[in-house]
Amino acid sequence: MSPFTEAASPPVRQDGRWNRPLQFLLRDAGVAIALALIVLFFSLTAPYFATTENFLKVFVQIAINTVLASGMTFVILTGGIDLSVGSVLALCTVVGALTMTWPGIPVAAAVPLALVACMGTGALCGWINGFVIEQWKIPPFIVTLGMLNMASGAARVVSNNSTITGLPQAFVDFGNAIIAGVLPTIFLVALCVVAIGWFVLRFTVFGRMIFAIGNNEEAVRLSGHAPRTYKIAAYTICGLTAGTAAMVYLLRLNVGSPIAGIGYELNAIAAVIIGGTSLSGGKGSIVGTLVGACILQVLSTGLQLFGIGDNFKPIVIGAVIILAVVLDSYRDRVLRNLEAR
Amino acid sequence: MTAVAEPILRLRGVGKRFPGVRALHDVSMEVERGEAHVLVGENGAGKSTLINLLAGIYAADEGEITFDGRPYRPRTPMDAFRAGIRVVHQELNLLSNLTVAENLLFEELPQRHGLVDFPEINRRATALLAQVGLDIPPSIPVERLGVAQTQLVEIAKALSHDSKLLILDEPTATLTSREIDRLFSILRQLKAAGVTIIYISHRLHEIFEIGDRVTVLRDGQWVATRPLASLVVADLVKLMVGRSVEDAHQFRQDVPVGGEILRVEGLRRSHALPEVSFAVRRGEILGVAGLVGSGRTETMRALFGADPSVAGKVFVDDVEIRIRAPGDAVEHGLCLLTEDRKTQGLMLGMSCVENITITDLAKVSRWGLVRHAGEERAASELVRELRIKTPSIHQIVRNFSGGNQQKVVIAKWLFRGAKVLVCDEPTRGIDVGAKEEIYELLWGLAAQGRGIVLVSSDLAELVSLCHRIIVFAHDRIVGEVKRPEFDQRRILSLAYEEADIEPIH
Repeated sequence: MSPFTEAASPPVRQDGRWNRPLQFLLRDAGVAIALALIVLFFSLTAPYFATTENFLKVFVQIAINTVLASGMTFVILTGGIDLSVGSVLALCTVVGALTMTWPGIPVAAAVPLALVACMGTGALCGWINGFVIEQWKIPPFIVTLGMLNMASGAARVVSNNSTITGLPQAFVDFGNAIIAGVLPTIFLVALCVVAIGWFVLRFTVFGRMIFAIGNNEEAVRLSGHAPRTYKIAAYTICGLTAGTAAMVYLLRLNVGSPIAGIGYELNAIAAVIIGGTSLSGGKGSIVGTLVGACILQVLSTGLQLFGIGDNFKPIVIGAVIILAVVLDSYRDRVLRNLEAR
Repeated sequence: MTAVAEPILRLRGVGKRFPGVRALHDVSMEVERGEAHVLVGENGAGKSTLINLLAGIYAADEGEITFDGRPYRPRTPMDAFRAGIRVVHQELNLLSNLTVAENLLFEELPQRHGLVDFPEINRRATALLAQVGLDIPPSIPVERLGVAQTQLVEIAKALSHDSKLLILDEPTATLTSREIDRLFSILRQLKAAGVTIIYISHRLHEIFEIGDRVTVLRDGQWVATRPLASLVVADLVKLMVGRSVEDAHQFRQDVPVGGEILRVEGLRRSHALPEVSFAVRRGEILGVAGLVGSGRTETMRALFGADPSVAGKVFVDDVEIRIRAPGDAVEHGLCLLTEDRKTQGLMLGMSCVENITITDLAKVSRWGLVRHAGEERAASELVRELRIKTPSIHQIVRNFSGGNQQKVVIAKWLFRGAKVLVCDEPTRGIDVGAKEEIYELLWGLAAQGRGIVLVSSDLAELVSLCHRIIVFAHDRIVGEVKRPEFDQRRILSLAYEEADIEPIH
């Protein structure tokens, strides 16, 4: 007697992606609910938290991390890690600022050129990371740690160890602009990056492959694909977003600096992890990453408003990162039980 | 054999389950004090599971074990060690960076003033090595030893402490006949000293030299325990195979066999290994028999491009194809259903649809975008066709039963349009009912004009499904048996007899 014929099996449903509300809440909305609760908590308890100025400040402050973390999501989804994004960002700010302030270039040409230079530099660093990792099968941790140092050194060499100022006024004004009184331009840039990332992961063949590789790289290889190509692409995308984040940095702070971006890689990784992406790959989402970046910044701002000093803040935030992962694994177990029913 | 009334080891109704499979069921047996007790059975008969229960690696789900007059329930390997049981596992378990001497005495390193006493270690190690006839310096790291030497060090290690029961799991697989003779004389000395021995081997001839009694396991169950003096090899094989051909399925003659769809000529995995050649026809199921490690899985992986090969020609539909990576094989309709579906066949955390369409996303995408409606339609069709039981095609395959998971793997290759499907142990770890469904499927696929290569350790399965069976031993095809001449015993002796011949280097 076949074990399959015992239970009456309902007809195959094609629609059921979000068929069970509880599972949807847990799997897809869990982090967003956490963010909503945190915002609600600070709104009720912290003075000045629920004001337009404060929200504007938060939007401005999360822009860079959101862009970096978007690219990081691709890499972590494949089961990798990129520690170099902070110093790649520094190198890109230097390259971008130097391009923009090059003597004799008209402003109209300088900014697009700088954009290309920034993103090109970032993408190149990312490609080198991916190529070395795949070509010689070296752990991403090591390769990107090496790139962290190399990019940082390169930034100092290129900038002659100094900050580069004097960006075009139109560029600075664009960076400080706020659309309709609620949407800072640099936050809009970050939202665009998230939207593009979401689209790629959700709707393209490439996005499907990223998830599949993170799930089981060997199965993907034995299905007739070359995971190597996709993984190198993921690192290149991560470098590309580091270059984009460098442009956002220039828009916000108006200087190219070889010592920019120190520790940014860890904030980006934290945002991805809090956002529910598994460090071992194959599971997660870029919208979660955006929410994760929001949680980090909202916590930081809220604690500040509470009068909790800069010394205590990292203790709380560190604990939250760990708590997020603990809750995540607990949630996975609950979900698995629900699915197994 | 000493005539002591109380056996040293007694099992009563011992059982062990793994998800989806019953590895041991209701095994009751006794091992007398001071005897050499041999354990035999086909691949997957439950020998290793039984050993692992005794070694404290797994815990039994049911039943009782009594050892040396006391209830025995080891929870860790250290419990087994303390009870006086020493196990030489089939896979080598030495710490390869440490020296031979450190490995030998690892459980209880001699110490002086709280520091490791190296001169003492080396002195004792030298004595142990002499016991197994190994003439190597005890201070070299284990990683510099050859396989046979490593195996002898394992055995020496098991001898390093007084033991009541010594368990050897295929200790001679890598040894030459001189080393085997040496091992047997050591075992005889131990026996004379009152040590009980449980001995597992695939080499049926040699067990008569060393064993007093033999226990046969089949499909996780106890079949018989007999004195070896009363048996010959043929009796053993008969006990191991059990079911006769008539008990198995009725073979379907209605499948028409057409022209050659796959031909492999002179495939070599490395220059040191022999060439392999075979062919499959349309509508044919070609069986591949052989022991684990005989080169059957390895050959199929090399054919598919999953592992490298150094020579050989592959023809699909009489057209030669070059295979350097799995992608090349898949492109020509040559598909491999891997031995381990969980680690090599499926993305466990992804949905049924996503697992099915991964083999040919181009078919359900346009301009690099996945057409979700299209892929859902295609997947639903296959789910219905293969009768995969799931409430929704968006279910995560981790939660599927073994049989349903295997069907998803088959579905993904059908989605790609497989011409030749190489199935490596497609029914391993699958319940009996689901096995039947997989058999039905394989028949159906063959009837559609595909070529099927079925690698299996289950002889009854091969005999009931296949048109022809080729037998692997020592990386070569040692024989081919056609349907009218099918005889499990003959196939099994081909696989085993060859195992007694020294490997060709």
